[in-house]
Amino acid sequence: MDDFLAARAQMALSLGFHIIFACVGMVMPFLMAFSHWKYLKTKDPVYKGLTKAWSKGVAILFATGAVSGTMLSFELGLLWPEFMKHAGPIFGMPFSLEGTAFFIEAIALGFFLYGWEKFNKWFHWFCGFLVGLSGLASGILVVAANSWMNSPSGFDYINGEYLNIDPIKALFNDAWLPQAFHMTVAAFCATGFAVAGVHAFYVLKNKNRVFHFKAFRIAAGFALIGAFGAPISGDIAAKSVAVRQPIKLAAMEAHFETEKGAAFVLGGIPDVEKEEVTHAIKVPKVLSFLAFNDFDAEVRGLKEFPKDEWPPVAVTHYAFQVMIFFGMVMMAIGAIYLYAHFFKKDWLTKRWFLRLFIVAIPFGYIALEAGWTVTEVGRQPWIIYGIMRTADAVTPMPGIQYSFYFFTAIFVSLALVILFLLKRQIKMVPKLYDPTDPLFEAKEKGGVA
Amino acid sequence: MIYVVIGFLWLSICLYLIFGGSDFGAGIIELMTNKKDRAKIQGVMYESMAPVWEANHMWLIIAIVIMFVGFPVVYSTLSISLHIPFVLMLVGIIARGTAFTFLHYDAVEDRWQKLYTQIFYFSSLLTPFFLGVIAASTISHKLIAEEAPFPDKYIFSWLNWFGVSVGLFTISICAYLASIFALRETRNDHELAILVRKAKKVMVYVVISGALVFLNAYLEKIPLFTLVFSGAIGIVAILLATVALGVIFYCIKRRMLLPVRFLAGFQVVMILVAATYTNNTNIVFLSNGNHLSLLEHMAAPKTIEVLGWALVLGSIFILPFLFYLLYSFTKRSK
Ligand code: HDD
Ligand code: HEM
Ligand code: HEM
Repeated sequence: MDDFLAARAQMALSLGFHIIFACVGMVMPFLMAFSHWKYLKTKDPVYKGLTKAWSKGVAILFATGAVSGTMLSFELGLLWPEFMKHAGPIFGMPFSLEGTAFFIEAIALGFFLYGWEKFNKWFHWFCGFLVGLSGLASGILVVAANSWMNSPSGFDYINGEYLNIDPIKALFNDAWLPQAFHMTVAAFCATGFAVAGVHAFYVLKNKNRVFHFKAFRIAAGFALIGAFGAPISGDIAAKSVAVRQPIKLAAMEAHFETEKGAAFVLGGIPDVEKEEVTHAIKVPKVLSFLAFNDFDAEVRGLKEFPKDEWPPVAVTHYAFQVMIFFGMVMMAIGAIYLYAHFFKKDWLTKRWFLRLFIVAIPFGYIALEAGWTVTEVGRQPWIIYGIMRTADAVTPMPGIQYSFYFFTAIFVSLALVILFLLKRQIKMVPKLYDPTDPLFEAKEKGGVA
Repeated sequence: MIYVVIGFLWLSICLYLIFGGSDFGAGIIELMTNKKDRAKIQGVMYESMAPVWEANHMWLIIAIVIMFVGFPVVYSTLSISLHIPFVLMLVGIIARGTAFTFLHYDAVEDRWQKLYTQIFYFSSLLTPFFLGVIAASTISHKLIAEEAPFPDKYIFSWLNWFGVSVGLFTISICAYLASIFALRETRNDHELAILVRKAKKVMVYVVISGALVFLNAYLEKIPLFTLVFSGAIGIVAILLATVALGVIFYCIKRRMLLPVRFLAGFQVVMILVAATYTNNTNIVFLSNGNHLSLLEHMAAPKTIEVLGWALVLGSIFILPFLFYLLYSFTKRSK
């Protein structure tokens, strides 16, 4: 493996890993705060147990998010020093604000976890809610850094120099709003479905049924925001890509020829040599409509651009298809849930219904990773779109492949350990978190009684 | 504004050394404790760390962000040459963070805890060591900015006896901080006595490793002595740190355990002052005799302006909150 490829692979792996925990950190606290609010309103101790169980999950995943985020902030420099040398002062603004948000998040979490019965109950509740708010803020801010790479602004690029730097303009770049909106909704989608599915599993197995059913309902409610919001916000994102990065749109759609009334390509195998897609289902005119709100608008094809500026077409195209497919599936599941909620309450506990959610556990995360692949791979060969090539940004240090193997090993083992740990948390539900269970013991180690 | 930014950079490094450092130190102290007392010491250490654990490690991130936003050239030069020690330090941070979480949030208690504990100890040593190595390499005139053979550029720029001794010194400082900070969490005289003994022992390590640092600096022709003692500020700082030590032992005798914490923090600040004031903004020395100055290599003025404001406003938001957190949990423990 050459150094350049290794560096890209390592970056992708680290980000792909971090994003999972980042999304949990953005959404889980809201689930927790919602359940906490229910407890404060209803005084039902099951909600209290649920809040505590979820807060432990938040703590574990928060720490992993923090650890992987710390790695990222170093890796940006370790792998892409040339990029950071020029980009740091321009797009660094969101990172410094993000720092503030993280700090608040960490402090609020400290208050929340160790503050049961110590503070005014609404102050305590607010701390939990604040964890979510600041997590959300940091996610939205850090996306600004990424959207800047897609849509660089806030500086003039003259003779290879970066002049008239304005970090505030860079922060408010064109891609930020659509990307941040879509990303936030996607986080709700992914985390909501994952959590709902896990609890559906325990309802199905008839373990601590009341406890898990309550959890399932809350999580599924949040998943709905994502299930319907993702396609809507995705459409907005697509329209913005069409304007900013026509070549990325063309790669997403494996769209080689410039044409009016362009067809939307479903599936298919892009052949970059022959410059065509085979075995695809083409829906006439829909691409033009999706991209420009006009069935006859012209959509530029890949052939209009020099070939050395093409992103990897196949990867971008497949990733886009995967995201759309799972997005549609989750929207359908969401629709079924809504129908059941309003018209067929008894469906909610039916085996097939719960199974549906269990199967959907990974769907949101698959769509999420696929979406990031579209964004990042679709930007290639640029690290700063139209300004700096990724190949020029990489560190001169040789032997990055070993670093890649090493980090891969770390991530794989971290992932295994976390799964193991979360499983053990759930195993302890009867004893620690569900007050209606005969095994329940109120006292717990670590002071979080 | 640039001085505000530099001030924050210095402050966050300093706070990371104190809070993050005492956190690593907690692991080291546990490691130094024999089996009989370990469970007790673990409890005490946990009490003093847990609620603020996440916050402690944020200081490092703040420092890094300031570096790459405000001083990108310095940041990228260091990240290229010091790639390997940075990665090793990261490994320590990762292992440390995960092991800590698992040790304390794992709902089941069984033999897995032993494994976490082992990882926890090991990584508590790793990170401060490489932190020290990295700090040492910036003043040792061995960093190579231009092209050079792999070993010279990427290994011997940081791997030398001076670096190793600064690494050991950092480990000792961390352990010292942890032992002092934890005093106040002890629940009885027996625990206090164990910890005071630990603190004294670690003091000895600090002195020995400190002496090694100067010895190696001398052997490797690094002008550390002049760096520290050439001006009045350095001498005064070191003197104050030494006096503080006396006061600390007096306070421990009188069971005044809160001031002891501040004094230990103060000592570290003084050591850092002594080590950095002469160079002030010339923070990295290269093999070719040049240095990288924060002032010369700062980012565009507009960036510095915005960064400075972000830091100031951020701290207005954060600091009261953070102090309240520390305060609430300090109050609780009595
Ligand atoms: C649960 C996750 C999820 C789901 C169901 C969807 N997406 Fe998505 N998508 C993401 C998760 C995601 C993401 C991971 O969050 C991305 C990557 C970068 C970003 O801002 O959001 C993304 C990026 C992304 C982009 C590229 C934006 C850019 O490069 O600037 C487009 C055009 C779409 N999406 C469009 C859609 C459409 C039309 C969907 C309809 C079903 C859809 N997404 C569902
Ligand atoms: C603020 C957010 C982000 C920043 C600053 C960022 C930065 C980078 C950088 C510097 C690279 C290396 C250059 C390249 O190959 O493009 C990269 C690549 C990549 N990143 Fe991002 N990224 C961000 C968000 C994400 C996220 C959240 C993901 C998650 C899944 C992601 C996935 C990838 C992938 C897959 C690549 C490899 C592209 C390729 O190999 O062609 N990025 N990103
Ligand atoms: C280059 C890209 C990125 C860098 C350098 C980065 C940096 C960090 C750092 C340093 C932390 C730990 C902070 C702490 O201790 O609390 C962190 C956590 C977090 N990051 Fe990232 N991040 C990146 C990409 C992203 C992206 C793309 C998102 C989201 C959309 C994101 C969202 C978060 C969130 C929500 C957390 C809090 C962790 C939690 O609550 O579990 N980050 N990140």
